[in-house]
Amino acid sequence: MKSAKTKASSVPLTLAILTVCGLAAAASAQSMRDVEAVAKERGLTNADLIAAAKTYLPSGKKDEYLMFASGGHAGQVFVVGIPSMRLLRSIAVFTPEPWQGWGYGVGDKIIAEGFPKGKSNLWGDTHHPALSETKGDYDGQFLFINDKINARVAVIDLRDWETKQIVKNPLTLSDHGGTFVTPDTEYVIEGGQYALPWGAAFAPIADYKEKYKGSVTLWKFDRARGRIDKEQSFAIELPLYWHDLADAGKGASDGFIFLNSLNSEKATGGIQDKQPPFEAGASRNPTDFLHIIDWRKAEALFKAGKTVQIEGFPVITLETAVAEGLLHITPEPRSPHGVDVTPKGEFVVVAGKLDPHVTVFSIEKIKRAIAAKNFSGKDDYGVPILDFDSVVEKRVELGLGPLHTQFGPDGYAYTSLYLDSAVARWTLGGSYGSGTPEPDWTVVQKTPVHYNVGHLAAAEGDTVSPDGKYLVSLNKWAVDRFVQTGPLLPQNLQLLDISSKGTNMPVIYDMAMGVGEPHYAQIIKADKINAWATYPEVGWDPHQQNINPSAPKPKGERVERGADGTVDIYMTAIRSHFNPEHVYLKQGEKVRWHITNTERAVDATHGFAVPVYNITASLEPGESVTIEFVADTAGTFPFYCTEFCSALHLEMMGYLMVEPK
Amino acid sequence: MDRVIDRVLGPRVSPLEASKHSLRYGLPGFLMLVARVLLLVSLFLPYWRMELRAPQYPQGLVMTAYMNSLTGDVAEIDGLNHYIGMRSLYEAAELERAAGVFIMIAFIVMLELAAYVHTRWAALLVAPVVLFPAVFLVDLHLWMRHFGLNLDPNAPLSNAVKPFVPTALGKGGIGQFVTIATPGVGLVLATAASLVLVAALYFHRRAYLPLVKARRANAAPFIA
Repeated sequence: MKSAKTKASSVPLTLAILTVCGLAAAASAQSMRDVEAVAKERGLTNADLIAAAKTYLPSGKKDEYLMFASGGHAGQVFVVGIPSMRLLRSIAVFTPEPWQGWGYGVGDKIIAEGFPKGKSNLWGDTHHPALSETKGDYDGQFLFINDKINARVAVIDLRDWETKQIVKNPLTLSDHGGTFVTPDTEYVIEGGQYALPWGAAFAPIADYKEKYKGSVTLWKFDRARGRIDKEQSFAIELPLYWHDLADAGKGASDGFIFLNSLNSEKATGGIQDKQPPFEAGASRNPTDFLHIIDWRKAEALFKAGKTVQIEGFPVITLETAVAEGLLHITPEPRSPHGVDVTPKGEFVVVAGKLDPHVTVFSIEKIKRAIAAKNFSGKDDYGVPILDFDSVVEKRVELGLGPLHTQFGPDGYAYTSLYLDSAVARWTLGGSYGSGTPEPDWTVVQKTPVHYNVGHLAAAEGDTVSPDGKYLVSLNKWAVDRFVQTGPLLPQNLQLLDISSKGTNMPVIYDMAMGVGEPHYAQIIKADKINAWATYPEVGWDPHQQNINPSAPKPKGERVERGADGTVDIYMTAIRSHFNPEHVYLKQGEKVRWHITNTERAVDATHGFAVPVYNITASLEPGESVTIEFVADTAGTFPFYCTEFCSALHLEMMGYLMVEPK
Repeated sequence: MDRVIDRVLGPRVSPLEASKHSLRYGLPGFLMLVARVLLLVSLFLPYWRMELRAPQYPQGLVMTAYMNSLTGDVAEIDGLNHYIGMRSLYEAAELERAAGVFIMIAFIVMLELAAYVHTRWAALLVAPVVLFPAVFLVDLHLWMRHFGLNLDPNAPLSNAVKPFVPTALGKGGIGQFVTIATPGVGLVLATAASLVLVAALYFHRRAYLPLVKARRANAAPFIA
């Protein structure tokens, strides 16, 4: 028997061990002493064991939440399970990705829809994913994501987790305030970032003030078709400030878009000419401007035809926007980053990264100031500036480098502190005040994270009904957290347990993200997504999300030569053979190679890859695709299935023989 | 002609006599009615089920045979069977599946008729229905045997898997698969009907044999 003293000190450990044992399937044969021995051997503390018990998922158990994270300049989307923090999938978007067979024969046309100025660009810089919403809550149907480098927006269907559409913004080459959706996903918002001449035409920097423009684009989403409807989309011209993040109002602020900006100085850089560099010039003023846009008013103007065509795209000019009163600005701390609307929509939280405060604006006060024309002046473009003191609700000092804010269900807000390298929990006031034991508008806890947190994401933390429970800190630097992986280090995504109130908010998992640099992420309850296990029927065209009546079928395999010299190959794939296995072409023939995976078993995916021709496709059960190419190179090419589909996978091959001219 | 019909249908029981001994004369017909209902219901229920278990199929693969159809993961099982050169299961017992419903209706009609026959001829109408479950299983076994023993010698795994007879009822195995074949509720009902009919025949004999004998004794002079 242990002494009373030892017993007391081992209570937390015992609790942790009990939790671990409770989760372990084979616990019956193991005792708490075994857990203790492992903990001792591996140098694990009680807190470590509790963290492990909170995050560990035994084989076959599934995650409660899914995090859709942008991939940064990997140009993809990464999907991570929570709480296990396992990387479950990548979704290829702007960047070709051979495992998914994206951009090597399949998906090329979708990628090409987004080519800027008609030039092939085979990567993207994805920043801000946005899940589709119904009444301000995630509905699990679609995911949108922006590409900052070329100002593009992609639509991903969450039934099959494939990119369906990429739209190129005709006005600019740079976006950042996107993607964000209006509460019923009427519009997908894409705010431009760096000021550019319309269409990124040439204009010397001396013409900056005259020719460079800002804009925000409202892409109309057609939910039934699962596509952005370009014909119903439009943009609003904005002053040439650099625009940063955006958020759509909801509840009390429904109908508004809030858009941050920097460089109200209109600095043009020029360090090579001994001019102040952008980093100095663009942060000289103590304040920049929060843009407040009435999008319903803008929509009405667009529908009434009060737009001009710029680069073939309807634009509400800045002049019209000011004249019609749909655009107001108000000062905000300089170089702000996040602008985040509280769950019920009555507050807008702006984090100015060079200001230790978050500034909380009240929508009620904003509306009142707009109605009373309570302006402190106008900017150089005639945009009315709402008087700061009359629209601000509170300024809360959190620490150094506040960037982004998310919300819990109980009145807590969470803000990333880049310079302090911490996540701050603080209390909201107003109607949220009663949810937390602490006084309103105060910092409750700052949990250190490792290191330099950018965005953070709480479970459904930017919706009308946040879940709390989990928060992921998307850290930009990992420094010493992992085994040295050469001079390029993975990102460190840290999971925080935010289920308790007060100061208890520990880090419980470090996930190394070694395939890209996620910026923003959204966390959705996993059961909200109805993902297909296989395509609904054999011969499914994922682009149409429907059966393709001319898809190859069993017993219908054939090679047809059309009058125009085009060859149509109708091929099926099933374990463990393609049919046909011999394909003869003549050099120079145009080929449409149709393949159907006729499998119905879950996970019976086949690959189809052809050497030299740079073709690799992934055919999920039921999927039918068409790969088009010109047989311009003569030779003998063994094509094969790249997925280890069966014991005779190696034999799943065939020969393409291209006869020389 | 009338005499023949009369001799097949056997003696009639007067209403008075029937109501006096309602159990004695009612029971055979009632049991046949029960058997008819059981068979009718069985038409809508599975007769046979085979489950295939393997590590990579955590949910298992299941195929279910009804009187007129084969359902479940048949396509997937066929896909796997092609490796050992087994023909598509859809090609098995095509005639039986096509005729299944009609045979069942014929059975029900035969039992209906049997209830009016008070001679040993009733056994002739009932016997096929009594034997039906056994015939079903024998037929199933023969098909399995036929399929299992006639594998395509050019199949991918024909060197690895020798012809075999899959187990029609109980546990079997092939490759990494464990097969578990079980009778379906339909077959259980048909078997129950079979047992009920055996009882029906017993009570039929008990009720009508004395009458037949009595009539034969009375009728003897006429025949002589």
